This record gives sequence, C-alpha cells and structure tokens, in this order.
Amino acid sequence: MLEGKRVIAIGERDGVPGPLIADCVRAAGAEVVFEATECFV
Amino acid sequence: MDLENQEAVKRIVDEQGAENLVVVLGALETESLELLAETMTVGDPSYAGPLAGVPLGLPVYHILEPTVRAAIPGDLLDEKLGVLAFEDGEPFEQALQRTRSGGQA
Repeated sequence: MLEGKRVIAIGERDGVPGPLIADCVRAAGAEVVFEATECFV
Repeated sequence: MDLENQEAVKRIVDEQGAENLVVVLGALETESLELLAETMTVGDPSYAGPLAGVPLGLPVYHILEPTVRAAIPGDLLDEKLGVLAFEDGEPFEQALQRTRSGGQA
C-alpha cells in the first residue's frame, strides 16, 4: 500500500521519530518527500 | 502541528501536487494523533498555522497500524522500532478512522 507513494513522515520525539518512519516506508517502496519529528507538549 | 512543518507540507502540496501523497504519523498519544490527522485533512484546528482553513485532504496513516505494518519487511520493523514494534497499532488505526471517513477529530 506504500509502493509508489510519496510520503510525508511526521514522527514524534516520544513516539516513533521521523527518520525511523522514513526508513520503514522507503523499504516498503515509498519515496519520502518530507520528514520531521515533532514534540507534543 | 509545528508551524514550520505546516508551511513545508503546504509548500509541497502547492508545488508538487497531492497525487500519490500520503502522510504517515508516529505519535503514540491518540489526542496528538487526531490533531495531526485533522491538520493534514481539513486544516489546522487551532487556526494558528499556515494550514488554518486549508483542507489538504491527504490520506493519513500511522506507522504502527496493521495495514502499514504489513507493507514493511518484518525484520526491518523490529530492527528500526525495537520495543515500539510491539505496540498495538489498532488504537491508532481507530483514532484515524474518522478522518479517513471525512469526519473531524
């Protein structure tokens, strides 16, 4: 379901960070067009 | 959602279009997850950022929900996420269901 998709990866500091999401979706065949890690307070 | 990140997402959609574009989130609190999802679909609910009143309508998923997990090689998920790979993804999928069906958080 991610194959060929362009992904905006928004992670969270206390959850799954952006870079980890990016690595995972790339392995699934997606292109990462934006990656960030937010901090929810 | 961070205002700079809202601006970056808006710029991507404006310059590159929304075709084949999806959002994958990593928040573990359903409250923050719903706020992020709402921002990516119907606009910034706080009306503070560039996406205030801007309905991008992007599909939103969570990295740990079952359908996304199934698309990622199992070994990689365990390797990258560690203990987080054991989190139950169904609450996140349920939290995002309303935004997918067109409702607001």
